Amino acid sequence: MRKPVARMWNGALWLFCALVALWLAAPSLIVIPLSLTDKPSFSFPPTGWSTRWYTNFFQDPSWVGALASSLQVGALVAIVATIAGTAAAAALTRSAFRGQQTVNAILLAPMIAPVIVVAVGLYALFLRANLLGTTLGFVIAHSVLALPFVIIPVTASLNGFDRRLESAAAMCGANRWTTFRQVTLPLVAPGVISGALFAFVTSFDEVVLSLFIQSPYLQTLPVKMYASVTRDTDPTIAAAATLILGLTTVLTLTITLYIARRNRVR
Amino acid sequence: MSDSSISQGAAITLNKLTKRYGDATAVDAIDLNAEPGEFLTLLGPSGSGKTTTLNMIAGFVDVTEGEILVDGKPVYALPPHKRNMGMVFQHYALFPHMSVGDNVAYPLRQRRLPKSERGRLVADALNKVGLSNLSHRMPRQLSGGQQQRVALARAIVYSPRVLLMDEPLGALDKKLRDSLQLEIKRIHAELGTTFVYVTHDQDEALVLSDRIAVFNQGKIEQVGSAQDLYERPSTIFVAQFVGESSLFHGLALDHQGGKGVLSSDRTLHAHRGDARSGAHAAMVVRPERIRVQPIDGVEPSGNAVRGRIIQEIYLGNSRKLEVELGDGSKVFVRESAGEVTANRPGDRVWLTFLPEDAVVLTTNESPDRPQLAADVQVPVFTSN
Repeated sequence: MRKPVARMWNGALWLFCALVALWLAAPSLIVIPLSLTDKPSFSFPPTGWSTRWYTNFFQDPSWVGALASSLQVGALVAIVATIAGTAAAAALTRSAFRGQQTVNAILLAPMIAPVIVVAVGLYALFLRANLLGTTLGFVIAHSVLALPFVIIPVTASLNGFDRRLESAAAMCGANRWTTFRQVTLPLVAPGVISGALFAFVTSFDEVVLSLFIQSPYLQTLPVKMYASVTRDTDPTIAAAATLILGLTTVLTLTITLYIARRNRVR
Repeated sequence: MSDSSISQGAAITLNKLTKRYGDATAVDAIDLNAEPGEFLTLLGPSGSGKTTTLNMIAGFVDVTEGEILVDGKPVYALPPHKRNMGMVFQHYALFPHMSVGDNVAYPLRQRRLPKSERGRLVADALNKVGLSNLSHRMPRQLSGGQQQRVALARAIVYSPRVLLMDEPLGALDKKLRDSLQLEIKRIHAELGTTFVYVTHDQDEALVLSDRIAVFNQGKIEQVGSAQDLYERPSTIFVAQFVGESSLFHGLALDHQGGKGVLSSDRTLHAHRGDARSGAHAAMVVRPERIRVQPIDGVEPSGNAVRGRIIQEIYLGNSRKLEVELGDGSKVFVRESAGEVTANRPGDRVWLTFLPEDAVVLTTNESPDRPQLAADVQVPVFTSN
């Protein structure tokens, strides 16, 4: 009696979920066929297939340069934001001081503050400090945005960390820094690693801030893509987008699998 | 440290040691000392200050007032990692990302011992706790009892002069607890280290300790050997916390050299006591020292109290009778398997005991205790 009804609802649920998934993923996935077209314009669905836009991407020094800049800035941001964010998370989870909530809110603010506002302010500051169009400028700007994405997972890891292990290490004769390095850090590594990944990805696809602080000599990939879409509008941009999509997907999957494996082993 | 393979335990002295959290006093000016190589247990209910005291010795909790001396030297300036004490925690606290061998080697690594010597000492320590072939396992692959043995090996591997243990058997089941108790006792005898052991389990304290300090509400009620505490408790709290006690309430009377307390309608005699004449007091008797006999006309001589058996509890090697007295309070009597009497629940009986098995101690005025009608009868019956 009730079984067919239950099955129907189950089917409806599956259909709904599939629709949501499609709605979320389709706009991103559509760049893949777009990038493989043989026409020098965006056409969907493609009428013929070719890899000429990938060849174009890798033969044009401005595209390759932008990719290299993005990778370099992203890696540096991952390092800076991970160190700063881990330190901040450690401080915030293990001490209680006046104004702790405020400090926490300020550290997480870049996630909520309108990027365009931050961008305008940063532009004015960087103009004075001669940081426009420099790697240092990009790293500073992106690290600010990336910081919350490190603090959140590291805080979660630290909250799940058994602090009695630190007492045990102290009784074994380890000082606080040694304890942090040899006991705390290895055990919260999954949080730190996902923080580093988020930081890299945040920097890698950041466009608004980057547009403000770029220069003709230093452009990141999203900036170059933005310029390309307003000037050239050829499918090279779709090839670039596909590359970004592929890179971030592979990175995320690798780390997710690594962490899942680690947790299972533990 | 490394050269003290024949380690001698350190002496620990606590002078007026106090810990306050705001207005609350967790540890209240306690004086206590542990002799070199002694097994000293801090026994008490939760919140009595025993763990706080241990954590002050370890250096995890700051001292509010008073001092801690190790071999006569104050340690207040030393952080935990420089106090050179070993510690075993209730929840093992093994490093989950290190193998058993690496866990045990960790204190040696901090002390920068050469690898070869490390290996020898680790093997030695694991041998002592009976886990010599598990060195390559990860902690999660071990049972609770094995994990606690590893924690013990990690704490003794560098031959510390003081070993602190914070309810190390609290998370284990009864059988395992019993066998590990014996092993801890053996290891203590082998090492000659001073052990300071925290527990709320009085049986454990009795089995393990050279001396026991009984904590209650931040103060020490009594310090003594297991036998001292069991046979000569100095407060009602100790009498009830260490082993079972039956209490006969009344007023203390100085009486014929011993101390008497009036209970219900008879004067009772004890050979020991500290209660001042006229004070509210209780006569404390261990349940196994009380005899039960039916009321059959002949009044027993000596200490005897009338009561009614309300419950029988079978315990295998003994049975326990719960007896309600005339004043409404309840006491226990324990009869071992060989000497069970024919008395049944519902029977009216005499409870008798010898003056040498009883002690009279002052009671705090506790409102939950039934008000004694007997109190007003003091003058009538003292001429007994």
